[in-house]
Amino acid sequence: MNNLISCKDISASYDGMNVLNNLTFSVNEGDYLCIVGENGSGKSTLVKCLLGIKKIDSGNIIMGEGLSQTDIGYLPQQTQLQKGFPATVKEVVLSGCLNSRGYYPFYTSKEKKSADESMQKLGIFDLKLRSYRELSGGQQQRVLLARALCATKKLILLDEPVTALDPLASAELYSVISELNQKYKIAVIMISHDIQNSVENASHVLHLKKTGYFFGTSNEYLKSEIGSRFI
Amino acid sequence: MNENLKLMFEPEFFRAIIFPALIGGIAVTICASLLGVTLVLKKYSMIGDGLSHIGYGALSVASVMNLAPLKVALPVVIISAFILLRLNENNKLHGDSAIALFSTTALSIGILVSSKAGMTNDVSHYMFGSILAMSKEDVIISVAMSIIVILAFIFLYNRIFSVTFDENFAKATGVNAGVYNMIFAVLTAVTVVLGMMMMGSLLISSLIVIPSLTAMRVCKSFRGVVIISALISVTSFLIGMFMSLLMNTTPGASIVIVNAVFFIIFSIIGKLTVRN
Ligand SMILES: Nc1ncnc2c1ncn2[C@@H]1O[C@H](COP(=O)(O)OP(=O)(O)O)[C@@H](O)[C@H]1O
Ligand SMILES: [Mg+2]
Repeated sequence: MNNLISCKDISASYDGMNVLNNLTFSVNEGDYLCIVGENGSGKSTLVKCLLGIKKIDSGNIIMGEGLSQTDIGYLPQQTQLQKGFPATVKEVVLSGCLNSRGYYPFYTSKEKKSADESMQKLGIFDLKLRSYRELSGGQQQRVLLARALCATKKLILLDEPVTALDPLASAELYSVISELNQKYKIAVIMISHDIQNSVENASHVLHLKKTGYFFGTSNEYLKSEIGSRFI
Repeated sequence: MNENLKLMFEPEFFRAIIFPALIGGIAVTICASLLGVTLVLKKYSMIGDGLSHIGYGALSVASVMNLAPLKVALPVVIISAFILLRLNENNKLHGDSAIALFSTTALSIGILVSSKAGMTNDVSHYMFGSILAMSKEDVIISVAMSIIVILAFIFLYNRIFSVTFDENFAKATGVNAGVYNMIFAVLTAVTVVLGMMMMGSLLISSLIVIPSLTAMRVCKSFRGVVIISALISVTSFLIGMFMSLLMNTTPGASIVIVNAVFFIIFSIIGKLTVRN
């Protein structure tokens, strides 16, 4: 198994207030890691560190061979602003190709093709020319997932992708994510509130707490003290 | 034939007064509407309003002290733009209230200084604008600015889209969102200062906000919003200018009214097309 990301003793803080303390974990090719933990435990912060948006205070984040921080497909926590944004699905998905290009101002036909493929993988190709703001919450998340897919071949990082969705749409999105993981061998790191589902689908679990954390396979998590308490 | 209209097309008058006003005005309205798309979508439109009040303060102080208005106002407004953007990001003081705090203070300083110095005439120019008094220098700066803004929108279009739609994702793909925010702050600051000499401090922010709001009523795509808002903006400007010359009304206010009428028309069109 090739290593994609390994974090050694990383710590991060805001204005001197520690949020992450000496975390160590790693993600290999094809893994499906769920990050769980209560609100404010630092899940989003950890993801931002992995992406290089936030600086870590100490420790190391080592990226596997051939993977740079900008090659990660990221699905951020959705903001209220975006829901009514005037843009077509195609425009949003194409913006995922920005990481792999220089300053040539227009998208190439290769990039357009990769955007089409991402839309097909997520079953939203027929929505291509629709406006993002007219879509349902579940469709909007698929569009953002397609955009993330354009940015990566190896690893996607999802920050609470099902939060605003109804149970049916959540289940659909979970199955799409599992398919990306199993069929296309894309490693997944997902922040989730839904511990039950996480343990069913994920290969590994990272549980953040105010003090301490758990990292291991889903089976180990089920047997662990912290895991058995939450399931 | 209407007397005003006859005067308008008098060759001498047209060349000296009307033509520069039209060129400068078109340039500024294009800048304002293009930048407005991003500012409105990022909920930063208050920044334009705040900057115009700060600009008013700076211009008043400059003219009382007998300094060249542009040379004082531009740096002051650019620096303020950086500060307001920072405040908005850090969210320590709530963004909108912070802007209101700074801008009304600057406005009051401007009013106080100019009324003490008894220079109400000059300074009322900046309150209500005087497009027919644009100097050659103003026009040249306006045109240069609009060329920069248009080129930026062509060559950096995809990155501007990404930063506007989703700043965190843009950062994750290696786009330096901070730099783009800074470029936007500078361009907005310059546009606001030029625009307020033309339209007045009270009305310039409407040139930034209304065209993009109008375009968003009907456009499904970001590209559409960008193009349509620039077109609406220039059209409203031309109609408003023509009206003001014809009927002897204030140019700035006439232009804003035309913009508002477009907004209403597009809102109705938007409602009707959604139903179908
Ligand atoms: N930009 C920021 N500035 C200051 N503090 C922050 C910022 N973002 C998050 N925090 C703080 O860091 C802690 C962890 O936040 P976050 O990573 O968003 O948690 P989670 O995603 O697990 O809910 C919280 O206490 C939050 O208040
Ligand atoms: Mg979070």
